[in-house]
Amino acid sequence: MPKLTIDGIEVEVPPGTTVLQACQRAGVEVPHFCYHERLQIAGNCRMCLVEQEKAPKPIASCAMPAADNMVIHTDSEKAKKARKGVMEFLLINHPLDCPICDQGGECDLQDQAMAYGFDRGRFEENKRAVKDKDFGPLVKTSMNRCIHCTRCVRFATEIAGVEELGATGRGESMEIGTYVQKALTSELSGNIIDLCPVGALTSKPYAFVARPWELRKTESVDALDAVGSSIRVDARGAAVLRILPRLNEDVNEEWISDKTRFAVDGLGHRRLDRPYVRVGGKLAPASWGDAFNAIAEGFGKLPGGKIAALAGDLVDVEAMLALKELMLSLGSANIDCRQDGAKLDPASRASYLFNTTIAGIEEADVCLLIGTDPRWEAPLVNARLRKRYLRGGFKIAAIGPTLDLTFPVVQLGLGPEVLDDLAGANHSWGDVLKGAKKPMLILGMGALARADGAQILAAARRLAESTGMVRDDWNGFNVLHTAAARVGGLDIGFVPGPGGRDRDAILAGCESGEIGAVYLLGADEIDMSRLGRAFVVYQGHHGDAGAKRADVVLPGAAYTEKDGLYVNTEGRVQAARRAGFPPGEAREDWAILRALSDVLGHKLPYDSLRELRQRLMSAYPSFAEIDGIVAASWGAFGVEGAMEPVPFIYPIADFYLTDPISRASPTMAQCSAVYWAARNTPAKTGTNG
Amino acid sequence: MSAEHNDTPVAQPESFAFTAENLEKARYHIAKYPPGRQASAVLPLLDLAQRQHDNWLPRAAMDTVADILEMPRIRVYEVATFYSMFNLRPVGKYFLQLCTTTPCWLRGSDAVVETCKHKLGIDIGEITPDGKFSMMEVECLGACVNAPVIQVNDDFYEDLDAASTEALLDALANDRPPPMGPAVKRQNAAPISGRTTLLSDPTQRQPAGTAPAGDPNAA
Repeated sequence: MPKLTIDGIEVEVPPGTTVLQACQRAGVEVPHFCYHERLQIAGNCRMCLVEQEKAPKPIASCAMPAADNMVIHTDSEKAKKARKGVMEFLLINHPLDCPICDQGGECDLQDQAMAYGFDRGRFEENKRAVKDKDFGPLVKTSMNRCIHCTRCVRFATEIAGVEELGATGRGESMEIGTYVQKALTSELSGNIIDLCPVGALTSKPYAFVARPWELRKTESVDALDAVGSSIRVDARGAAVLRILPRLNEDVNEEWISDKTRFAVDGLGHRRLDRPYVRVGGKLAPASWGDAFNAIAEGFGKLPGGKIAALAGDLVDVEAMLALKELMLSLGSANIDCRQDGAKLDPASRASYLFNTTIAGIEEADVCLLIGTDPRWEAPLVNARLRKRYLRGGFKIAAIGPTLDLTFPVVQLGLGPEVLDDLAGANHSWGDVLKGAKKPMLILGMGALARADGAQILAAARRLAESTGMVRDDWNGFNVLHTAAARVGGLDIGFVPGPGGRDRDAILAGCESGEIGAVYLLGADEIDMSRLGRAFVVYQGHHGDAGAKRADVVLPGAAYTEKDGLYVNTEGRVQAARRAGFPPGEAREDWAILRALSDVLGHKLPYDSLRELRQRLMSAYPSFAEIDGIVAASWGAFGVEGAMEPVPFIYPIADFYLTDPISRASPTMAQCSAVYWAARNTPAKTGTNG
Repeated sequence: MSAEHNDTPVAQPESFAFTAENLEKARYHIAKYPPGRQASAVLPLLDLAQRQHDNWLPRAAMDTVADILEMPRIRVYEVATFYSMFNLRPVGKYFLQLCTTTPCWLRGSDAVVETCKHKLGIDIGEITPDGKFSMMEVECLGACVNAPVIQVNDDFYEDLDAASTEALLDALANDRPPPMGPAVKRQNAAPISGRTTLLSDPTQRQPAGTAPAGDPNAA
């Protein structure tokens, strides 16, 4: 372990550490632009120059490995002068347009020029001018400001896995761009905005909207996919203006997907801001009292067996628990949170979790994808798979239609029949799985949300058991969900009780008239035409498919407008926090259900979110630990039986339009127009969602 | 400038394919590198493509090279725009690269450039309407001893002045390129006033240990 002295502080660092990292460890700040701990070292901005004793000239600390007995000075005259000189060079071609630059207030160059720069410029000549590039609807460019740190190029190449950005030309005429005019085709492209240390790459939808110091920052979690990325919600007044990633090594590292980041403008469109009741075939604005009375009328006369409830993809656990208890008190066991009809088995927790954990992917050595398209279902899981792939010694195979996942994948077949082949004796990939030290499989909704899903689940379990994926020290059986609410719903048993109907039976019952009333808690992804003549209550935040069909609409809160718990696909309980209030008369979802229960004569026994959470935690101990994971015990699950040899169909047809919020977002609509058309190959048409 | 940062505003051919002969040469270059490292052959392949395609590289050619070498296209664009030797827009049949770096400039490259401009009626970076000549100003060509220098396609024409430049252009206009090398009476880069070294017969050297005074290697 090299031991070195930095500004008089002695530090010991692991071999392979750079001088810059050693400085950080010693608590000494070294200014830098191009260096980023998650990207390869480029060493081209020169801002991190420090003085090393006995070295003839200042060294670039980001690229210099720490060695024994080095004596580093970061604050000597020589180091200061070197920095000042570098900063002056960087500013030669950097425009003095901070007042009109969106990076202002959170700009590395601005901050470091203040701290380490010279107090005037000596450059009298003209600054160079660079044409702005068009990177699509998300990333706005102002290339005059670019200091050529190449962070964006390295991010696109290494993390996003789309080699489209590059530095063309050289010297004074070097430019960052795609050379051939095109939009960046990555679901992670928004991250280059955060990476850019200057204002060259900024957010296009957020352009000239706000200054960072005007914003109220709330730490929360994302609900637009089942990864549950840690986010920071920036709001001004009631409006959520932008969403940024928050560091969480276990889940999203420091990236978020473009949908998480940019669907935020959907929160201001098509909102339900007051209750509605259908009168004479048309939805008419109503008061809360009228709406509750209408529900009491529609639900009250029916026996428990004739009413049902479905929970959607963005719903928090508290609301689902309140609805479950309300339905139980009404005598109905017809509840289901699997609105996509996935044959998930709620009896065994290990059967529906991403047991390996997202960070655990980095330990695996073989991965089998079954009916899942992680790039669109969970871009950050895909980024983790790519990270593991780049480290080498990682084999990936897939069952399902061919995809570009940004890393090479062996295609084993199209449908579930391959699972039996793999479990058999004579399959080359079966041997690869059996020979692996830490094999894993990822089972997607493309495999489970079909008629033979339970049989596929059983076949996957058998495969996992026969290839040594499930051991005391390793669980390689993973289910990748597409909805933030799903695992939470399964954890609290928002599934049919004894004799209850599941989603398919509820919809069939509506068609036949056996179900007279349905409560949709944010459920928009079901086929509304199958609800027949049932009395439909929709509680949610957007005027989407559910509200259109409903007889009574109750305005709820979106995930940024309420304190709520979500459980991600790993089974990690995470708390979303309120960043602003829901619009108009809309209320938090659990409170709506609590108020409604009173009108229906079955008052729920909690008057505050705190009491509701206490009840939740005492009934379901896995919710006691926020942000942690309780490992699930293995058991038998799934249903043995024949599987249809029909190819898997991936659950997401368009990454940018998957839920009521993103469907209401103008930015996502633009992305869909630009990217979906580009990716939509004949093998994958728009009718398969 | 050679570097273009977006689609060059010139008519780009739809496609590009190596001739069978060049494909063979390409394979020869690729075979020099271990499997998986074939991207190392990008420079010779781009050069082959440029020579095959009238001395300039259309985007289709760069894409073809990228596909052959199984590397992302942007990586090929980066290489092609980095080197000024790759022309990303059409050049004349005779592509004049005029050196104006200090030694050539001190030896009268201004007159050479002026003669070219006047004679051809085009400016630096332009091409004559008949497509015969185009001009580019370059940094040091590495032939400072014979300054000023013009590189015409692959050949150096050296020790030029206004008159000899005019003669050179006339000859090229008639498609009779003169032999490359100095335009004055001189053997390659040897001193113009005749030899100043190696005047004695090296086989008749003095015996070892009796180096002549003033030889810095003697001590």
